[in-house]
Amino acid sequence: MFRKLLPVVEHVVKGPVWDCQMCGQCVLHSTGMTCPMTCPKTLRNGPCGGVRPDGKCEVKPEMRCVWVKAHHRAESLPLLPKTWREEITHLRPPVDNSLEGDSSWLNLVSGRDRQTPAGWQEAH
Amino acid sequence: MSHLGGLIASRSRPIVTAEFPSLDGGDIDTVAAALEPYRPYVDAVNITDNPAAHAHASNVSMAIAVHQLGVEPIMQVVCRDKNRLAAQADVVGASMHGVTTFCALTGDDVTAGDEPEARRVFDLDSPQLISIMNGISRGHYLSGRELKHPKELLIGAVENPFAPPADVRVRRAKTKVDAGARFLQLQIGYEPQLLEAFVEGVCGNRVAERAAILPTVIFTKTAGALRFMDNQVPGIHVPAAVIDRIAQADDPAEESYLMVREQVQHALSLPGVAGVHITDFRHDDSLRRLVNDLSIGPGATTQSAVSA
Repeated sequence: MFRKLLPVVEHVVKGPVWDCQMCGQCVLHSTGMTCPMTCPKTLRNGPCGGVRPDGKCEVKPEMRCVWVKAHHRAESLPLLPKTWREEITHLRPPVDNSLEGDSSWLNLVSGRDRQTPAGWQEAH
Repeated sequence: MSHLGGLIASRSRPIVTAEFPSLDGGDIDTVAAALEPYRPYVDAVNITDNPAAHAHASNVSMAIAVHQLGVEPIMQVVCRDKNRLAAQADVVGASMHGVTTFCALTGDDVTAGDEPEARRVFDLDSPQLISIMNGISRGHYLSGRELKHPKELLIGAVENPFAPPADVRVRRAKTKVDAGARFLQLQIGYEPQLLEAFVEGVCGNRVAERAAILPTVIFTKTAGALRFMDNQVPGIHVPAAVIDRIAQADDPAEESYLMVREQVQHALSLPGVAGVHITDFRHDDSLRRLVNDLSIGPGATTQSAVSA
């Protein structure tokens, strides 16, 4: 019951504020409190080369590039811990698609969101 | 070590790579005919992967053909069309045919192509793909499962110094080099001050020592071609002054050539730049003329004259 209810609660909280896509492995703290899953290419490691000169998205010209926003916020958001600001440069692993729809809160507590494939661990 | 790998290690002369045109059918002779105009003048050719989100003969098939024809292919792999399983399978499969040089890209969005209704994949992003290719080079898939006969791969990537946020581009280049990239081909650009700032940045964080920085130029003939790129190609911005220069020239084709030559001279004059990448939309003798004018590329017999 708790496992089913928690994703609903999480989506109610994070949806309106961050447009949370419920990837189940939240990295908001390391991306300037900007959800990378709202990037049309779902890029987890920085902006693609298609960002327009005015900082707008290649795919959705009406939208500011998610990563332009993320980098700006990582530097300028007040109250963001220094370690979180610096984490924007860390290499984030490929998305674990099996976690989609889960509560990232639960996966954070259990450590499930930090599990990566053996080949990734070997490289990093 | 591949020919390109050797040049990247030695930096003995400016590297020249070029974009191999996409093909839509034919046979090995079609590939050979398309390769001949490049063969004498380049160190390697990029084999694109559904460029601008248009389907063409596959990157794997073309890379194998070009390798068999005796030119080093740089097999591009984009994140747009295939998930992590297919991307790894392509890299390992191509390597079994002797293709060992790869370039990882995010890829233009499907909306840039002629089938905008296609599903976009982006299971990986380019820094992740570089890292996974690096794992394959070291003998294992992303899962950790071992490869039987791993080949050492030369892995590259791209970066766009001309797209915002400018300061992030230098850091992103480092992320890619940290992940395993040993060359970085840059997006086409017409703002030399942005290129200079980027190159200064990648010299400052030592990325330019660890990876060959290769700015890209493109041969065109008309102001219309520049306008098209400015309006239609994601990530390329052509300032009005550049378009005006070609539009107002007595001989736009000649002026276009001269402009590209200036761009290459400028790029190669920057400490930290290891060579250039050339895209040819003219399909005339401009490539031959350029490498001869500047004494660059594999056919150059004299010391590079670019900084003279």
